[in-house]
Amino acid sequence: MASTLSDRELVARCRAGDQQAWNELVERFSRYVYAISVQAFRLSETDAEDVFQEVFARAYQHLDKLRDDAAVRPWLAQLTRRLCIDRLRAAARELPVADEELIAGSEETLALLDEALTVHEALAATPEHCREILDRFFARDESYKTIGEALDLPAGTIASRISRCLGRLRELLEGRSDPDRPSGVR
Amino acid sequence: MTVFGEEQLARLIRALPPAPEGWVRAAQELPLARAELDQIVARAEADAAFRERLVADLEAALEAEGYERTTAVLAALRLRLKSK
Repeated sequence: MASTLSDRELVARCRAGDQQAWNELVERFSRYVYAISVQAFRLSETDAEDVFQEVFARAYQHLDKLRDDAAVRPWLAQLTRRLCIDRLRAAARELPVADEELIAGSEETLALLDEALTVHEALAATPEHCREILDRFFARDESYKTIGEALDLPAGTIASRISRCLGRLRELLEGRSDPDRPSGVR
Repeated sequence: MTVFGEEQLARLIRALPPAPEGWVRAAQELPLARAELDQIVARAEADAAFRERLVADLEAALEAEGYERTTAVLAALRLRLKSK
């Protein structure tokens, strides 16, 4: 079930010690944090895992220092970027490298990931059958056969369902205007 | 207002694959590990030799004492020890 909590509400609940809310916060931003480290900064899986855990450990420890609860998304993005750069700098210790060189080429990917997060946020607001089929096909790269078996659908109907669901997603994205909406990924 | 085409939407959904399940679970369990983290930090404050072993090789020191050593716990503990 997709959460309807805004980022602001979610952070407030985490701060109050709500374990369910913390689970939701990690779930909401896990793909974003992961993608920044492996796609924008091309970290190895080992380094990406260290960064991933450190981002959430810092978030957990310093959540009370966040000035604006609604700003958790840029805060996590900035934290992830900084930790990725630290990793790259440590790996390039023998050669003095400027930050600009370390992040060369990452800006375009970061912008794409930010837009992708917005789309996933809208995806979380689509009916469950749409969310499931679009996520399985595009984000999890599952075949029609696998999706058909998992969702008990004839393989021949999957393409048309994907197309219909993309249409619903587009309508949602084009009609959205709520500034206090949730901003994450499920 | 941004207008999205089907191909663009597909590309943007594809851009955020799930993070490995184990990583997500470990991060979610951080609050549950808090009691153990508190205990380790308190012990490090009271026992200089233990603290030295933690600082020298965190993972080995925890293993020797029978504590849990997930990446999430290690990251949280490094932060806690650094801030003390």
